[in-house]
Amino acid sequence: MTTEIAVRTDEPEPSGTGLTNAKLAMWAFLASECLLFGAFISTFLLYRRRSEGLTPRDVYNIPFTSATSFILLMSSLTMVLALAAIQRGDHRRLRVWLIATCLFGLTFVAGQVFEFTEFYREGLKLSTNLFGSSFFVLTGIHGAHVTVGIIWLLSLWGLSSQGRLTKLDSEKVEIAGLYWHFVDVVWIVIFTVVYLIPQ
Amino acid sequence: MTSVSDAVVLPSAEPSLLRRPRATTGFWSWFTTVDHKKIGILYGATALLFLCLGGIEALLIRTQLAQPDGTVLTAAQYNIAFTMHGTTMVFLMGMPLAVAFGNYLVPLQIGARDVAFPRINMLGYWIFLFGGIFIYSSIFLGGAPNGGWFGYTPLTSSPISAGVLPGRGADFWAVGIVMLGIGSVTSALNFIVTILNCRAPGMTLMRMPIFTWMMLVTAFLTLFAMPPVTAALTMVFFDRNFGTTFFDAVKGADPLLYQHLFWLFGHPEVYILILPGMGIVSEVLPVFSRKPIFGYQVVVFSGIAIGFLGWGVWAHHMFATGLGPAALTAFGLSTMLIAIPTGVKIFNWLGTVWGGSVRFSAAMLFCLGFIAQFTIGGLSGVLHAVVPSDTQQTDTYFVIAHFHYVLFGGLLFAMVGGIFYWFPKMTGRLMDEKLGKWTFWTMVLGFNLTFFPMHIVGLEGMPRRTYRYGSGLGWDVPNMIETVGAYVLSIAVLLFVVNLIVSFRRGQPSGDDPWDARTLEWTTPNPVPEYNFAEVPVVASRDEAWHRKYTEDAEGHLVRLPRGGADSGTAVATEPVSGKGAPPAEQGGGGGGGHGIHMPSPSYYPMILGAGILAFAYAAIYHSLLLCTVGAIVVLFAVYAWMLEPGTEPA
Ligand code: HEM
Ligand SMILES: [Cu+2]
Repeated sequence: MTTEIAVRTDEPEPSGTGLTNAKLAMWAFLASECLLFGAFISTFLLYRRRSEGLTPRDVYNIPFTSATSFILLMSSLTMVLALAAIQRGDHRRLRVWLIATCLFGLTFVAGQVFEFTEFYREGLKLSTNLFGSSFFVLTGIHGAHVTVGIIWLLSLWGLSSQGRLTKLDSEKVEIAGLYWHFVDVVWIVIFTVVYLIPQ
Repeated sequence: MTSVSDAVVLPSAEPSLLRRPRATTGFWSWFTTVDHKKIGILYGATALLFLCLGGIEALLIRTQLAQPDGTVLTAAQYNIAFTMHGTTMVFLMGMPLAVAFGNYLVPLQIGARDVAFPRINMLGYWIFLFGGIFIYSSIFLGGAPNGGWFGYTPLTSSPISAGVLPGRGADFWAVGIVMLGIGSVTSALNFIVTILNCRAPGMTLMRMPIFTWMMLVTAFLTLFAMPPVTAALTMVFFDRNFGTTFFDAVKGADPLLYQHLFWLFGHPEVYILILPGMGIVSEVLPVFSRKPIFGYQVVVFSGIAIGFLGWGVWAHHMFATGLGPAALTAFGLSTMLIAIPTGVKIFNWLGTVWGGSVRFSAAMLFCLGFIAQFTIGGLSGVLHAVVPSDTQQTDTYFVIAHFHYVLFGGLLFAMVGGIFYWFPKMTGRLMDEKLGKWTFWTMVLGFNLTFFPMHIVGLEGMPRRTYRYGSGLGWDVPNMIETVGAYVLSIAVLLFVVNLIVSFRRGQPSGDDPWDARTLEWTTPNPVPEYNFAEVPVVASRDEAWHRKYTEDAEGHLVRLPRGGADSGTAVATEPVSGKGAPPAEQGGGGGGGHGIHMPSPSYYPMILGAGILAFAYAAIYHSLLLCTVGAIVVLFAVYAWMLEPGTEPA
C-alpha cells in the first residue's frame, strides 16, 4: 500500500478516505501549518498594544503592500489555470501558467524584500521593539513559505519541460497548488490582521 | 515539500545519481531500509539507548540528592543533569519508543503491507537520530542545555551576550527540539495516512485494534502540538541570537506568552506519551485474560475524548503565575473533567481482567503494574487540578512524584510489557519469563522506593530543580530511600537489557502465535516476511485473529476451529490466512504467497536529507553561511534525487 506509482495505471490506490495518500498527507500537513501561523499571528496581536516606539502607522505603506498582495492573490488564479491545463493534457499552457505563478510569487517576495529594507531604513529593526520583532518574524516566515512554493513550482516546470510530467501526474500539480493556495490564504489573514486592522 | 516527494515518481529506470541500494538484509541494509518493521526496530533500539543515557543522568541527580548538601555535582552541573534527563526521557525515549511500536505494529494490525510513505518513515527516523546526536553534541561544543526541559523564558531567552545562561546550551536545545519536532510531524503524517487509507478490506475503524486507535489519536495530537512549541522556540532562538524582544519584559513583552505556547504543546505531549502505552495495555490484558476488551467503544471514545480535552487544560501548569480567578477556575474544572475519560479506561481494564482466566506472564504483570501505578499518578494529578492545593504543590517534589507515576509507572511499564509481548513477533523467540518476573518485581520495588517518598517530601515543601537541601528538615531519610530506590531501578533496567540480549541470542523459539492472541499481527508467519501478508487479509470482525481460531458452540463454549480456517461459523473470516490451508507454523511465503509482490525499494535519500537538515541545525547555532549553503545543497540534492527515484524499483 505504498505509493506504487511505478505501476502506471489509472487505478486509484486503495484508500479508506477517498483521498489519495499524498493528498491526505498534504491536507494534514496544512492543518498543522495553520497552528504554526496561528501561534505567530497571536503573538503579533498580543504585542500590538504593548509595543513602544515606532508603530505600524509610522512605517506601513498600505497602497504598496495592497498591490503586492493583489499580485499574490492573482497567482492563485494562475495556479488554478495551471492545474486545469494539465488535467486537459495541455502541457504548453501548464508551463505558461506555472511560470506566471512563479513570477507573481517572485514579485511578491521582491516586494517584501523592498518593504523590509524600507522599514529598516526608517529605523524598524528586529530588535527595535515588540512590533519589529513580531512583524519581521511573522512575515518573514510567510515569505519563506512563498519561496519554498516558488522552488517547488519551478521544479514542476522543469519536469514538465523535460516531458516528465504527464497527464497522469496532474495530482502533483494539484498538491503543489494546495500548498500554494494555503500560503495565499494565510497572507490574506496576515494582511488583514497585521496591516489593515487599525491600531 | 514532504508529500510531493513520494508522489513525484517516474516510470523509467534511468540511471540515478547514486546507484540504488538493493540489499534488504545485512548490516548496511539498516541504513537504507524502508521496511516499517526494521524502522520500528531502529526506533526502539535507539530509544532504549537514550533510556540508558537518561537513566545515567537520573542516577547523577539522585546521587547528588542522596544526602543533604550534596557535593557530587555543582549547581551548574545539576542544571544540566535535570535538563538533559527530562529532555532525553520525553523527546528521545518516550516519543520514539511509542513510534517504534507504532511502526512495527500498525501496518500489521490493519492488514497492510507497509506504511503509506515508506521513505518519509525512514526520514523521520534519521531526523530523530540526528536530532538526538545534535542535542548531545552540545556537551562537547560549548555547554549543554541547562534551562530545564520546559526552557522557561526569560531565563532561556535572554541574549547570549547577557550571559544569563552560560554556554550555547539553550540554543542547541531550542534548535534540537524544533528538529525533533519536524521528525515527529513526518511520522505523525505517515501514521494518519496509513491508518486512514491503508486498512485491509473489512478493517473498519471500529474493528481496529485499540493500539492502532491510540496511535491515530497520538498522531493527530503530535500534528497539532508541535507547531506551537516550534513557534515558541523560534522566538527564543531569535531573542538569544538576533536581538528580538519577544520575551523581554523591559520592552513590554510578556514572558508568560512562552509558557502558554509551551504548555499548549506540553500538555497534549503528555498524552502523546501515555496514549500509546494505554493502547499497549489494552492489547495485552485481553490476551492474557482470554476475554475481549471490556467496552471496546468506550475505550476508543474515551481515548478520543482525551485527545480533544487535552487541548483545554494547558494552563494547569501555570496555576502559580497569576492568571486571575476566572482562568484558574476554568482550567481547574477542565483538568478535573479530563480525569473522567482517564478513569473510565481504568474501569475498562479492570472489567477486562475481571472473571477472565488470567495468565500472569511477565507482559501481563507489567500491564497490571501499569494500572496500579498509573492510577496513583492519576489521583495525584487530580489533586493538582484543585487550584488552592496546587499552589502548595507546584514546583515541589510532589509534582515529580506525580509525573513519574504516570510516565515511569505508566508509560515505561506499558512499553516494557509491550516488549515482552511482541518480542516473539519481532525475533521469533520468547523472552525469559522467569527473569522477566524478577525484572518486574525489582522494578516495582525500585520504582516505588524512588518515587513514593517524593510525595511526602513534596508536600513538606521540598523544592524541585534545586541542587541541594539543608539537613535537619526531615528530608534526609526519604531522600536516601529515593536514591537507594533509583539504584534498585537501574538493576531492574539492567536485568531487562540482559534479558533482551540473551533471549535474542538463545531464547526459546516461540512459534507464530505463542500467546494465543487476538489481533492480525499474530496471523503472520515468523519471521514476518517483508511484505507482511502474502494475501491481503479480509477482515470480518474485531479480534480477527481470534475468530479465525475459535468459534462458539451451542452452549456458548469456545471451540477451537481446525487450523487453516473453517468454512462454518458466522464469526469466521471468509478468507483464510496467508497461505491457504497451510499450517501457520510453516515459514514465510507458504502456499506460494509472496511472489510477485513488489515492495518499496531501499533508498539512500532519507539519510542524506536528514544529514542536510542536521547541517542546517549547526548552521543556526554557528550563524554559518557556509554550513547553511552546504545544508541547502544537500537538502536540494536529496529532495530532487528522491523525487526522481521510483518508490518501488521495477523488478
Ligand atoms: C531511573 C529512573 C528515574 C529517576 C531516578 C528519575 C529521577 C528524577 C528526578 C530526581 C527528577 C527531578 C529533578 C529536579 O527537578 O530537581 C526528575 C525529573 C524529570 N523526569 Fe525523571 N527519573 C527517572 C525516569 C524518568 C522517566 C522514565 C521519564 C519520562 C518518561 C522521566 C521524566 C522526567 C521529567 C520530564 C522530569 C522533569 C525535568 C525537569 O523538570 O527539568 N523520568 N527525574
Ligand atoms: Cu498537563
